[in-house]
Amino acid sequence: MGVSLGHAAQGPGTQVLSSLSPNWMTTKLDFLVNWARTSSLWPMPFGTACCAIEFMATAASRFDMARFGMERMAFSPRQSDVLICAGRLPFKLAPVIRRIYDQMTQPKWVISMGACASTGGIFDNYAMVQGIDTVVPVDVYVPGCPPRPEGLLYGILLLHKKIRGETVVDGSLRQERPLDQTGLRLPPDVVDELSEPFGNSIHQTRSA
Amino acid sequence: MNPSVDALRREFGPLIGRALVSCGDTIVYLDAGRVAEVLRWLKETPGQQYNYLVDLTAVEYRDPERPLEVVYELFSLERRAPLRVKAELAKDRLEIDSVVPIWAGANWLEREVYDMFGVSFRGHPDLRRILMWETYAEGHPLRKDFPLRGRFSRAEQVRQALGANPEAHYSMDELSIADAYHELPEDMRERLARGERGVIPEPQRERGGE
Amino acid sequence: MSKRTVEFELATPGLDVRGRPMRVPLGASAGAAVAEAEPELGGDHLLLNIGPQHPATHGVLRLVVELDGEVVVRCIPHVGYLHSGFEKLGEYRHYNQIIPLTDRTDYLSPMSNNVGLALAVEKLLGLEITERCTVLRVIACEMSRIISHLVWMGTTGIDIGAFTPFLWMFYERERIYNLQEAWTGARLTTSLTRVGGMMADVPDGFVEGLRTFCQTFPKTLAEVDRVLTRNGIWCARTQGVGALTAEEAINYSLSGPMLRASGVPYDVRKDRPYLDYQTYDFEVPVGEHGDVYDRYLVRFEELVQSTRILEQALDRLPDGPLNVDDPRVILPPKTAAMTDMEAMIFHFKQVMEGVKTPVGEAYFPIENGKGELGYYFVSDGTAKPVRWRIRPPSFINLAALPKMAEGGLLADLIAINASVDIVMGEVDR
Repeated sequence: MGVSLGHAAQGPGTQVLSSLSPNWMTTKLDFLVNWARTSSLWPMPFGTACCAIEFMATAASRFDMARFGMERMAFSPRQSDVLICAGRLPFKLAPVIRRIYDQMTQPKWVISMGACASTGGIFDNYAMVQGIDTVVPVDVYVPGCPPRPEGLLYGILLLHKKIRGETVVDGSLRQERPLDQTGLRLPPDVVDELSEPFGNSIHQTRSA
Repeated sequence: MNPSVDALRREFGPLIGRALVSCGDTIVYLDAGRVAEVLRWLKETPGQQYNYLVDLTAVEYRDPERPLEVVYELFSLERRAPLRVKAELAKDRLEIDSVVPIWAGANWLEREVYDMFGVSFRGHPDLRRILMWETYAEGHPLRKDFPLRGRFSRAEQVRQALGANPEAHYSMDELSIADAYHELPEDMRERLARGERGVIPEPQRERGGE
Repeated sequence: MSKRTVEFELATPGLDVRGRPMRVPLGASAGAAVAEAEPELGGDHLLLNIGPQHPATHGVLRLVVELDGEVVVRCIPHVGYLHSGFEKLGEYRHYNQIIPLTDRTDYLSPMSNNVGLALAVEKLLGLEITERCTVLRVIACEMSRIISHLVWMGTTGIDIGAFTPFLWMFYERERIYNLQEAWTGARLTTSLTRVGGMMADVPDGFVEGLRTFCQTFPKTLAEVDRVLTRNGIWCARTQGVGALTAEEAINYSLSGPMLRASGVPYDVRKDRPYLDYQTYDFEVPVGEHGDVYDRYLVRFEELVQSTRILEQALDRLPDGPLNVDDPRVILPPKTAAMTDMEAMIFHFKQVMEGVKTPVGEAYFPIENGKGELGYYFVSDGTAKPVRWRIRPPSFINLAALPKMAEGGLLADLIAINASVDIVMGEVDR
C-alpha cells in the first residue's frame, strides 16, 4: 500500500498515485508523462562564465536546441524545468543558485555543465564552490572545459533517458528537500570529501 | 628614466624615495603619508599631466620583511608617457590616502585593494568589499599568509556562503532607501546612528572549522 | 542624499461580509491622514533588484536601482559574483600554466588574453619573438576582437529588442570558432601562446579559411548595417542615452570603445604600439557624443578595420621559425626530446621547474575588444610570479555605469549596461 511521505507538501494527486502499486496502467501513464516532460524541457540557464557562451552557441542556429523543444529559455525559475548551471559557481553566488533552485516548481532537474560546475574545475581555491552538488542536487554532469555543444546535447539526451526511467508512482523523486538545520545540503564530512583536491591539484599548493 | 622623476625630486624633495627602471618602465617610490598631494601635482602640473589612472593595485612580497606596496600606474594621454608610482606601507598600519577625488576611476580599484589586501583608504566615499561578500569572515585573500584554499574547511565555507543573504543591502545609498535597518548588525546600526561613514570594522577572526 | 522611507500603514476600518479587509481608497476620510504624511503625490521610490541571475545583465551582475516611476534615481552595481581567485591562483602556477587561466577571464576573446600574457612575460624576460610569431599574434588578436564585438552586437541587439542579428553574429562566430579549433584544438579556451612563441603553427587551410572569412564577413556586416544603423527604434533607444563627456571618460579611466566614443582618441595599438601595429594601415574610429549609438558605431567600424588588418597580416605572413630559439624557454620538439639528452633535460627542467624570470616587474597593455587589457607581473627570480595583476577593462568601465544611468529611464539602463560591453569573468576575476 501507500508509503506515508511526511515531508514537504504532496498534492492530493501524488498521494493517490503513490498509493498505487505499479501495474500496466501506471507504466502507460509513466510513458505518457515522461514523453511530455522530455519533449519540452524548458531550461533555466544559470549561465555564469565560459560555459554560458557554449550554451548560447548550443541554442544558436548551428547546434539548435530547439529541435529538443528547449529553445524557450525560461529566465523565470517558476516556469522552467531544468536548471542548467553553465559555468563556475563562486561562494558568493551559492545562495543565489540555491534560492533559484528552491523557487523552481516540481518536476525539476539540474544539469551541471562543465568541469567547474561539476567539481570546481581548475579553480581549487578560496572562492569557488567545489561542485554545485554540494549546494543543489544534480541529475546529469557534463564534463568539459567548456563542453562542446555536442557534449551538452549528449548530456541533455542522457537527462531524457533518466526522465524516461522515472515513474509517477514513486513520490520521492519529486520531493522537495530543503537545506537541513545547519544550512547544508549534505553532511559536512561528505562536503569536505567531495571538495578534496585530487590529481595534480594536490601538488600545486606551493607558491614558490 | 622618465624625466618626471627629476621634476618630482625638485618639487617634493624628501617625499620622493628611490627611483628605478625595470624592463623599461620607470618606477618611483613615494612617502605613503602624502601620496594624494604628490599624485595631484602629477596630474595637474603642465608638463606632467598624468591625467589617466591606468591601474591601482597592491603587491605583497613573499619575503615577510618587505613592506606592502600600493602601486599606481599612471599615463599621460597628451605626452604618451607612462609612470609607475609606489607607496610602501608597513604591514601593521595599512592605511593610505584615497585618490578618488583626483581620479574617479580609483573608486572601485581602491575597494578591490581593500577587499583583497586589507588596505584602508582614508577619505574613500564608500569603502566596503567588492569582490567577496560584505560579511566574508576569512580575511583578505591576496595576502601571503592567506592559504590558497581559504582558512575554513570546505563545509564551513559552503555553510557560510549559503547563509549569506543574497538580497543584502550594505551600501549607505541602499540603506537609505531600503527598509533594511532592522537587518543590520548591532554595531553597524550604532555607527550609522553616530553618523560614521566609510568606517569598516575589523574583519572577524576565524570562527569555526579549520 | 535624503532619506525617503515613509512608514505607511494601510488603515482598514474592518472586515467586510466575506471576511476580507475592506479597502478604503486614498483621498477618502480614512486616507486623509495618509495624504498628510505624504504631501507629494509622487509617492515612494522603489528599490528594484536586477540580477545576479537576469537575462539582460550580461553575466552575473547585480544592479540595485532606486526608481522614481521609470526614472532611475540611483544605480548601485554589485559585482564579485564570478570572483574566481585568478590572481591568487597565478601565484601558484608557472608562467605557461597561467596561460589557460587567461582564457577564462575574458572568455569572449580568449586569444587576445593569451597574447597579452605572453607579451608581458616576454617583456619581463627581455625576449624578442620571431617575425612569424608576431604576425600570427596580430592575426589572433584581431580575430579575438572580431568575435568579441560580434557577441557584443548580438547581445546588445537582444537587449534592445532586435533578435535576428544575434543569430547572424553567432553564425559568423562559428566560422571563427572553426578556425580557432583547427589551430588550437579548442573552440573557446584556446591557450594559444607560450612564453616565447605559440603552442602550434597554423594548420593547412587556415590561411585560405581566414581569407574566405575576410571576404564574406563584410556582407554580413552590411546586412547588420542595413537593419540597425538607421533603424528608427534603434536610434531612438540609443541616441543621446548614457552620454559621457571626454573629461568624464578620462577621469573614470575608461578605455576601448567606451573612451573613444566620447571623443578621446586613445588606442593602445596606436599610442603604445606592440606587435608592429605601427606598420599596419588601419584607422581607429573615434566618436563624438559618447552615447550608446556612438559606441555602436565605433564597434561596428572596428569590425571593418579589424578585417582590414587581418587581410594585411595574411598578406605579409612570413615563413620562418615560429618559436624563439632558446631551449630554456621553449620546449624542444618531441622527437628531439626523445632522442637527444640535452633536449630531454631542457624539457624536464621547463616542465618541472618552469621558466624562471629575473627579479623585476613589468606592465604590458594591449588593446582588447573591451579596452586596455594590461598584465602586471612582479617577479622575485623564481618561476612563479609574486604578483599577477590583470588590469581589467570591463571592471573599470563598469564603474562608470552609475554615472551614465542615473537620471535616465529603466529601459535606458539596460541599453547602457549593454553598451559597456562587460564580461563578468574579467570584471570579477
